[in-house]
Amino acid sequence: MKNSNPIWDFFASVKLALFTLFFLSTTSIIGTIIPQKESSQWYIDRYGESTANLFQILAITPDMYTSGWFLSFLGLLCLNLIICSFDRFPGVWRQIRADNLDIPQARLEKMTQQLQWQSEKPPEAAISTLKITLNAHGWKAQERKTGNGSLLFAQKGAFTRTGVYIVHASILVIFAGAIIGSILGFKASIMLPETKTTDKVYTSDTRAAIDLGFEIRCDRFDIEFYDNGMPKSYRSELTILENGKVVIEKAIVVNDPLNYKGITFYQSSYEPYQEFVVTLTNKKTGLKETAIIPYQQQQSMQESGLRLGIINAETRGQSVSRMKIWLTDDQGEPSLFWLDDGEQATVERSKNSYTISAKQMYATGLQVAKDPGVWTVYTGCALMILGLVVAFFMSHQRIWLFVREENDGKSSILMSGNANKNKAGFAKTFENLTTVVKTL
Amino acid sequence: MTSSQLIGITTFTYLFSTILYAAIFIFKTKRLGNVATIFTIVAFLIQTAGIGLRWIESYQMGMGRAPLTNMYESVVFFAWTIILIYLIIEWKFKTKIIGAFAVPFAFLAMAYASFATNISKEITPLIPALQSNWLIAHVVTCFIGYAAFAVAAGLGVMYLIKNTSETRQSTNDTTLLGSLPPLHVLDDITHKTMVFGFLWLSIGIITGAIWANSAWGTYWSWDPKETWSLITWFLYAITLHARYTRGWGGTRIAWLAIFGFVSVIFTYYGVNFLLSGLHSYGAN
Ligand code: HEM
Repeated sequence: MKNSNPIWDFFASVKLALFTLFFLSTTSIIGTIIPQKESSQWYIDRYGESTANLFQILAITPDMYTSGWFLSFLGLLCLNLIICSFDRFPGVWRQIRADNLDIPQARLEKMTQQLQWQSEKPPEAAISTLKITLNAHGWKAQERKTGNGSLLFAQKGAFTRTGVYIVHASILVIFAGAIIGSILGFKASIMLPETKTTDKVYTSDTRAAIDLGFEIRCDRFDIEFYDNGMPKSYRSELTILENGKVVIEKAIVVNDPLNYKGITFYQSSYEPYQEFVVTLTNKKTGLKETAIIPYQQQQSMQESGLRLGIINAETRGQSVSRMKIWLTDDQGEPSLFWLDDGEQATVERSKNSYTISAKQMYATGLQVAKDPGVWTVYTGCALMILGLVVAFFMSHQRIWLFVREENDGKSSILMSGNANKNKAGFAKTFENLTTVVKTL
Repeated sequence: MTSSQLIGITTFTYLFSTILYAAIFIFKTKRLGNVATIFTIVAFLIQTAGIGLRWIESYQMGMGRAPLTNMYESVVFFAWTIILIYLIIEWKFKTKIIGAFAVPFAFLAMAYASFATNISKEITPLIPALQSNWLIAHVVTCFIGYAAFAVAAGLGVMYLIKNTSETRQSTNDTTLLGSLPPLHVLDDITHKTMVFGFLWLSIGIITGAIWANSAWGTYWSWDPKETWSLITWFLYAITLHARYTRGWGGTRIAWLAIFGFVSVIFTYYGVNFLLSGLHSYGAN
């Protein structure tokens, strides 16, 4: 059944696989040394006009890993895998489905693992006890009468021969997932100021606008710091709206994104502003009013008729830790007090009392990704691990027992076996098994 | 006792283990064998306690995080895993000489962690991107792989030394290297160790991709560290195929084991200090 088409053989060969893997490994180094995804001016500044030009011609910059030649070699690897599998898998399948009871006795006598002994029992009785004992050890035996006796056969792990093919297929599945993602998905980002809403994001490479099909609002952004000043958490409270109606509210942090309709929003960066978000609640009427107030500017609150301003602030890096608030209802002395960022306080005025909360205003930086291929990729990854475990640590083990009647009514038994991998391990299994069945 | 004292002690105990294993090898004093093993196990337990204590200390400092997240901690964990894998091999294959070639890697790693001036030993809190269980899984699995590759490289060196001496001399039982396991055994253990490492490196790359996806929405971005881990993975894939399908063995596989480990070291260490990228957390 050997297919002797030289082109087919070329693409099925392991030599080609070794070459492709070696080529991919060595060329991949280039892109780790020459920084990727910089502007063309950056390359000219760094390497000079002619070198930068050469890089561009060779498609080493700006992104060699998505260049035609690199992708072609990844494609060649896939083609190699596919053809190689088509070439070999039928043979493996035949081995899995093989009729192992149809085996010449000479082969049994040649196997490395074998043992011959005599049993007091007549063949019929010997075979039935052998079957029971083998079964108890997990070997389900089949039986067939042959010319001069009976042959028993049992096997374990025939399917483990597919392990390598699961690994190879998993690589194709991962590539398929990557292709799905790159065709149907996008990577984008957005800087969304607190209180603002958007229905568009901008792709990371060309900055083209993408319509989300719904709206997203940033209600609040917070940074927490450790005592030593390192950032501890970035947190955005997000709301998804459809036709103006709230559908989902969720606070995201790094490593815990928000997903809606296949689009995922990741916390990635932020931008502090010189403005403050102030919320004022009238304690009696419950009336709530929010305003954005620039630093050191007076603001009139429409509903409550108050005037207020942030007249001073203490900062930690670019982040305000507390601020001094000035507030008046034009009756008596203005209120003047310090408030920690993000906290609230109660202010008593002659007519009313208010709860006031204030925080520095931020924009949250969100990565926005749609990748419908990601679960395909993960499935491929799971298959790869499964396949590797099967290929590396499991083997196809087979045992045969040939039982023949002796002249005195007793039986003579020949037991042989083999395994396609881990021969040392199988030798032990075989020995243990023979010590059990020998005494039957 | 603080964790740094315990970890500091292990640097010296691993040096002493190395000397003991070398003594078995050089003076052919088999009686030292059990001493070396027991001593190494004790050193390993001390280091385990040190790593555990460092974990507890991080809770006492109010940041509670696994001790696996900066260069210092990862080098210490690397040494720990090398010893663990070595002890398993010693137990499984009943040979102690390999210790003379594997334990030194753990000692060198510990010496680097303890004395290098460019890495900080402080317990620092985790920046938001590093706060993920996938990160822990990623670091642990990668380092099991790296440690296996370190041991495989040690075995490769053993193979080459023994092989050179055997080709020079007809009888080898009288020489120093006569006590090394036979070539085909070394060849077999090297291969098995690489296979083990390959599985864990694969899992390490996968968990890293999952982590990246949960943090940034991209499971693969061809950042230098990712690319180098793939290069390393390819190299070991080449080695497995060359052996399995083209029947390579012996010297060539020994060289590939050493060559592969050079790539591991570059992935792990070189990228952090020579190249730039997302994983540059080690460079402080
Ligand atoms: C990165 C890509 C690849 C990986 C991770 C991979 C992985 C593996 C693994 C783990 C084994 C089992 C080795 C063992 O049992 O020790 C194997 C065997 C094999 N691989 Fe690959 N492989 C890859 C690419 C390829 C390609 C492109 C070909 C194409 C010719 C190929 C052909 C083979 C063959 C023929 C075997 C032996 C199968 C057998 O047992 O009959 N591999 N591969």
